[in-house]
Amino acid sequence: MLRFIIRRVVVIVPMLFIVVTITWALVRLSPGNFYTGEKKLTPAVERNLREKYGLNQPWHTQYRKLLWNIARFDFGTSLKYEGQSVNQILWRGLPVSAALGITAYLIALIVGIAMGTFAALRQNSWIDYGSMALAMLGISIPNFVLGPLLVLLFSLTLFWFPPALWNGFASRSIVLPALTLSAIYIAYIARLTRSGMLEVLRSDYIRTARAKGLSERQVVMRHALRGGLLPVVSFSGPALAFLITGTVVVEKVFALPGLGNYFINACFNRDEPLIIGIVAFIAIAVLVFNLLVDISYAFIDPRIRYT
Amino acid sequence: MADYDEHKSNLNEPELHVGPEYAVAERDVSEVVTGEIVTGSSLWRDAWRRLLRNKLAVFGMVVVVLIALSAVAGPAIIKQTTGFTYDSIPKDTRLLRSIPPFRGPNGEFSWKHPMGTDIAGRDILARVLSGGQISLMVALIATLVSLVIGVSYGAIAGYLGGRVDDLMMRVVDVLYSLPYVIIVIVLLALLPAKTPTAQLAQLFFALGAVSWLTMARIVRGQILSLKNQEFVLAARATGVSTPKIIFRHLIPNALGPVIVYATLTIPSVMLSEAFLSFLGLGVRPPRVSWGSLAAEGAQNLAVYPWQLIFPGLTMALMLFCLNFVGDGLRDALDPQMRRD
Amino acid sequence: MNDQNGNLLSVTDLRVHFQSADGTVKAVDGINFEVRRGETLGIVGESGSGKTVANLALMKLIPTPPGKIVSGSINFNGADILKLSPAELRDLRGKRIAMIFQDPMTSLNPFMRVSKQLMEVTRLHLGHSKAEARAHAIKMLEHVGIPDAADRVDSYPHEFSGGMRQRVMIAMALSCKPELLIADEPTTALDVTIQAQILELIKELKAEIGTSVILVTHDLGVVAGMTDHLIVMYAGKIFEQASTKELFARPGNPYTRGLLRSVPDPTHNAETLYQIPGQPPDLAHLPTGCPFAPRCERAEEICTREFPPFVELTPNHHSLCHFANEVYTESSAKS
Repeated sequence: MLRFIIRRVVVIVPMLFIVVTITWALVRLSPGNFYTGEKKLTPAVERNLREKYGLNQPWHTQYRKLLWNIARFDFGTSLKYEGQSVNQILWRGLPVSAALGITAYLIALIVGIAMGTFAALRQNSWIDYGSMALAMLGISIPNFVLGPLLVLLFSLTLFWFPPALWNGFASRSIVLPALTLSAIYIAYIARLTRSGMLEVLRSDYIRTARAKGLSERQVVMRHALRGGLLPVVSFSGPALAFLITGTVVVEKVFALPGLGNYFINACFNRDEPLIIGIVAFIAIAVLVFNLLVDISYAFIDPRIRYT
Repeated sequence: MADYDEHKSNLNEPELHVGPEYAVAERDVSEVVTGEIVTGSSLWRDAWRRLLRNKLAVFGMVVVVLIALSAVAGPAIIKQTTGFTYDSIPKDTRLLRSIPPFRGPNGEFSWKHPMGTDIAGRDILARVLSGGQISLMVALIATLVSLVIGVSYGAIAGYLGGRVDDLMMRVVDVLYSLPYVIIVIVLLALLPAKTPTAQLAQLFFALGAVSWLTMARIVRGQILSLKNQEFVLAARATGVSTPKIIFRHLIPNALGPVIVYATLTIPSVMLSEAFLSFLGLGVRPPRVSWGSLAAEGAQNLAVYPWQLIFPGLTMALMLFCLNFVGDGLRDALDPQMRRD
Repeated sequence: MNDQNGNLLSVTDLRVHFQSADGTVKAVDGINFEVRRGETLGIVGESGSGKTVANLALMKLIPTPPGKIVSGSINFNGADILKLSPAELRDLRGKRIAMIFQDPMTSLNPFMRVSKQLMEVTRLHLGHSKAEARAHAIKMLEHVGIPDAADRVDSYPHEFSGGMRQRVMIAMALSCKPELLIADEPTTALDVTIQAQILELIKELKAEIGTSVILVTHDLGVVAGMTDHLIVMYAGKIFEQASTKELFARPGNPYTRGLLRSVPDPTHNAETLYQIPGQPPDLAHLPTGCPFAPRCERAEEICTREFPPFVELTPNHHSLCHFANEVYTESSAKS
């Protein structure tokens, strides 16, 4: 197991390298520059700007410098947000996005697993059809439609929550964004739990558990749940990758100052250091998270043996 | 999110669901009850029959066809009858801006704008239908791109096997763990194509490039299990060349899971296009898609909610029904793979 | 406590039906049998005969959406199992009636340590504390012949070999010293050499604890040395029932005769191995008359027309056949 972990950790470095290179190449290949605004700059000013940001050097020098800096976790300063280092921006935006994402996924786990388990236990009943229909709705309504609809209902009509505001994790302002983001995951997790539980409940070892005289509740909680939730665990890996793109949209809809918002703006502003910084961060986060998921999978299923 | 096959329960191969342990009682019974052997052609007929028995899937198919037809034929019909198109701005704009559904300029009842108008006075129904055209087209073509790439890649890897297969699947693993969509966002944001047609083409490829990975895995898995079966040996014995074997023999037999996955990819790609357009990266003005319409509508949500609700709900309905059809297809085709 | 006839278990007119896409499958269609205290009953039949369904019904383990116990009574120690409340039923299962299944790999929870699975039973039914249950579990494992039981008790099922796993299942089933053990094809999934060991183990434990046993199998070789009394099932019905010795020596039913002939005899140099021709019937669409008629070498016109009677050949030997007496006489003449 330890060798497996080390191998996966080591792989992060070349992956990061690839990601950064691709992103950097895309930024460099694109027409226009970060300073292309409405005004046309005079040649002199432009030359000074390029000098200041080291853009006059040959590309491979710049590339090498980039890699060298990144190795020391120095992502440079933002080109659009005057004077702020990328690290500072990351530090500021991360808590927002993380709070949003984690809350959303926790909601999705709790609600989804509960829904899926009840649906499986009462197969073909109204609870089953109802929750699966609800799950289907969750998959079908895009988050950029659901978000505004929730705002329409709960903010602008009922005045329960603020429409587009961020007061921190512990405030009411997290409720609507987190719900919006979690909807599709509630749906997927409910469906996965239901099918996973249905499969497990048909197993021979569940029959053995019943033959031993255990109550249905004991059978489900002690025997069925662990195996039945395995698909949800595997799902969590790729789910994170999609959660990130979901966060981008939700932050835009609710005007939250998170990494997603910064990222989109950086893309439109051609803010190269910020783009690379955020992409690199996301890449590392995804890789680490996937590793954690795989490790926990091995803990849950004792038959898995990593070499 | 069709990249994730919901029934994947081990880490490596997203196979379609292989049967659960039957209770012995059911096994006793079912062995006796099912005596027939399913032959090649009746497989599809069986699947079709099973699909038709699934009322939800049938309902889904009907709605999908209806919406698709409206999207294809609608804009032309509307243009003929009322003269509205997705970007026709009426002469007297002030009168017609942001009219609620079924109302005229002075608040009276009117059939002219069943979905109201947007802030520039354009008829929303026409825009929704045109947007549907684009959204559907993008979804279908992008799915096609992802199919072509994924199936070829997976089939080649699966058939060649050995180190080539290892390497090719390694690449897939690497790509799978990259924050792919993020890079696509960067690409679309920074390299906008010049003409609207080029824009669309770029979108097809960008979206197709994101979703081919799981398709490749599925196809490879199928090929691997089919590879050593007899008809392949027979083909090789008669001297059929390798590319021919892959494309003429193996691929048709791997078709089942491919069809299911492709049907599930369509709504996923549609959703991706929508949120890219929402962010301003996908379909751009003057063209419209459901995503870009939603973006516009979201801006004026408080005052003119119908501008978001109609495109949003139309899209949700379409995705809803597509997902039902996809699920129904999976249920219909899966019994051959011994599902519950 | 037995009922009036000294029977521990008495099954009357049991019917279990399943709803399938093809119609109603009558998996068990009106069977009657008894098990005496201390006796081993063998239930023999091909797959699809209903033998497993009958046994699952004994503990009401039939999955009820597709399946349903339509009628009958199962009298265990004076109480009808089918009329018990869920709580009473749970009290019975694992404590007074225990069951072991065919495939020990899938019948044990792969995610749970063996110790926990064993301890569960005694903690539930005997009120053991954790320590007591654990000690008991180790003792049971040693009893069934698992070496280094104390070390291996915390292992997972997949860390044991097939034969060992079945021993674990037996240990689990017998933990509470049940009055009745139902063994559903306990050796079918095991190697031949292990089969004998497991059967021997069941025999020993039965003698020691005094459990009655119902042994279900399709393999006549297995029942020969193990059972006191035999039931032959086909198409959900009992085709013949007799003491084991009697059944082997003087079968009274063509089906039983066919089964006996199918057991390869290494002392006899036959050219071809005998097999009962044809396939078991489709339980959703049973023909009129005797269900075995299409495959029976002795079938006559009456067999496809009328359902056969359950003929009493001797007070303890019955056969479901129009020609039971003839077949019986022929067998007696031969032996």
